[in-house]
Amino acid sequence: MDSSLFLQYLFAGITYGIIYAIVAIGFNIIYNTTGIINFAQGEFLMLGGMISISMLQFMPLPLAIAVAVLVTMLIGALIEMVFIRWINNPSVLRMVVITIGISILIREAALHVWGESVRALPYFIGSAVTSIAVFGTRISPQVLIVIGACSIMVLGLSLFFRYTSLGREMRACSANRRAATLCGINVKNKVTLSFMLSAGIGALAGAVMSPITYTQYDNGTGLAIKGFTVAILGGLGNSLAAVAAGLILGIIEAFSVSFLPLAFQDAVAITILLIILFLRPHGLFGSSEAARLKEF
Amino acid sequence: MTFPKRYLAVAGLLAMVVGIQQLTALTGTAYYLTQLTMAAYYSLLIIGLCLLMGYTGQLSLGHAGFFAIGGYISAALTTHDFSAHGDTLLLGLMEKTGMLMHRQSLYGEPLLNVHPWPACFIAIGMAVLVALVLGVPVLRLKGHYLAMATLGFGIIIYRVVLASEFFGEADGISEVPAFNLLPGLSVNGDFAFRVTNYYIAWGLLLLGLVLLLNLIHSRVGRALRSIHGSEEAAEAMGVDTSRYKLYIFVISAAFAAAAGSFLAHYNGGIGPSEAGVMKSVRYVAIVAVGGMANLWGALLMGVLLNFMSLRGMFGTYDDAVFGIILILIMLFAPRGILSLRMTNVFRARAKTPGE
Repeated sequence: MDSSLFLQYLFAGITYGIIYAIVAIGFNIIYNTTGIINFAQGEFLMLGGMISISMLQFMPLPLAIAVAVLVTMLIGALIEMVFIRWINNPSVLRMVVITIGISILIREAALHVWGESVRALPYFIGSAVTSIAVFGTRISPQVLIVIGACSIMVLGLSLFFRYTSLGREMRACSANRRAATLCGINVKNKVTLSFMLSAGIGALAGAVMSPITYTQYDNGTGLAIKGFTVAILGGLGNSLAAVAAGLILGIIEAFSVSFLPLAFQDAVAITILLIILFLRPHGLFGSSEAARLKEF
Repeated sequence: MTFPKRYLAVAGLLAMVVGIQQLTALTGTAYYLTQLTMAAYYSLLIIGLCLLMGYTGQLSLGHAGFFAIGGYISAALTTHDFSAHGDTLLLGLMEKTGMLMHRQSLYGEPLLNVHPWPACFIAIGMAVLVALVLGVPVLRLKGHYLAMATLGFGIIIYRVVLASEFFGEADGISEVPAFNLLPGLSVNGDFAFRVTNYYIAWGLLLLGLVLLLNLIHSRVGRALRSIHGSEEAAEAMGVDTSRYKLYIFVISAAFAAAAGSFLAHYNGGIGPSEAGVMKSVRYVAIVAVGGMANLWGALLMGVLLNFMSLRGMFGTYDDAVFGIILILIMLFAPRGILSLRMTNVFRARAKTPGE
């Protein structure tokens, strides 16, 4: 493998890896405030891509993406208010099944609205053949846009959770729900906010990745599994570790193409997921002590 | 008691099965039997899954994978022409023990296939083996982890089926031969054998039901219920929880594989959609509607919903219907639809928190 090809694979791996990391962070945000794994997380990316493609007919690209993000956030809030908010103390099994049901509903709705066809946003800069030289290889500027947008989101989120009072209140909810309530934090609204937030970052990632990866109504499930793999790999609830884990998975997947048939690319991620679940269910970077305290 | 009450219920079901067949014969609606036969095979998988979900509290989103293992291995072994490999040791051994079958293709060329009986056993054996390998580590997991791990397993099976030439890639396998159970008793989709096949399918389903009913009324069944109630308490009482969970996981996988094998012969083919994630979700939805730990509920809902779906009553909203069912049941009646009485609807919110 020459160095140019090596870099090509590396950039492909980083691109996918950072997208998986965004999905994983979406899982983490909701998991931290509710203890629920939202199986419909992948659908948010599909919605972000699809809505921005439809909106592009009426408005310029940046506005279309902004509308898509807002609409998806609204959908995220609606899901929480209709299905999650009023259930007290649900069992894990029940919530898993409900969010699976929600993901099916979103997917079927998308099938009826957009059909089975594969769609994509146009390239943000230039066209599919535009490329720029990076370290002696040529890559599409869209790859840099995806990497840039996702990095900004990761950075923004970690600043948000660390330095704003809203972000701190959300972290308080995840640390101890009851104590947060006693401190006067409206926990239920924070849960709604967490759904909106993960819907929003999902939609934005879904829109920027659309020119490279294309968007289809059933994209969500695959992304959700990869994202979950990454979330587990990094340790559930730990967002910065998720980025590292996402890059690891993305790069492994990209290089697996050189010795495995393309059809088995998905199997690689799932095999990693299974191995990690068996060997280190608390993640590569998490501590087993902390994991034992959480309800699996 | 020499004759437990549960056999009366099974006898009642048997009478209903015969009654329905007579009714369709009288009213000239025998075409319903085709879907009822298929629904019976799917229900075989569903009662197995019900045992796993309801009695051990383990959620599997990968049962379509086991169904596909059963169906695809049966179909591939009985359809692929092995005459090119006829001189290898394994095939020579199978030939001597009568496990191979010589027949002619549509164009009169000689074909060498595995006989459906050994193919069926190999298929079920493979599913059992996979369930063992997967089950030992997976059943240590709970909740989200188990759901994702089994979902991942289902997707791997789907990908493998789609990517391997041996399993027909996107086209699946067609022209699967009839399965001669006994002379004169054969599983195939021929209209002339519709009534026979209806009884074969329901016979198999009732056999499976009796096996499972006996299982849950035995020492094993009591151990299972204790696991569902509280795993820690069960363990403290000396119940080997992980062994029982594995045991049931393997049994449910075998049921799924048997259903897949028979249905592949009945339909004369199998396609990759049978291995799809939506199929697994559908089976979970049906078990949930039936009330999780309720074999009868699972069986009735399995037959009813599969029959309605196969008749095309849900149109293009087929998958959406099962999604909605799943959500509504889990929101309002986590104990299953049979637990709902009209007054309960209003009390449901007050009752569910303990669930």
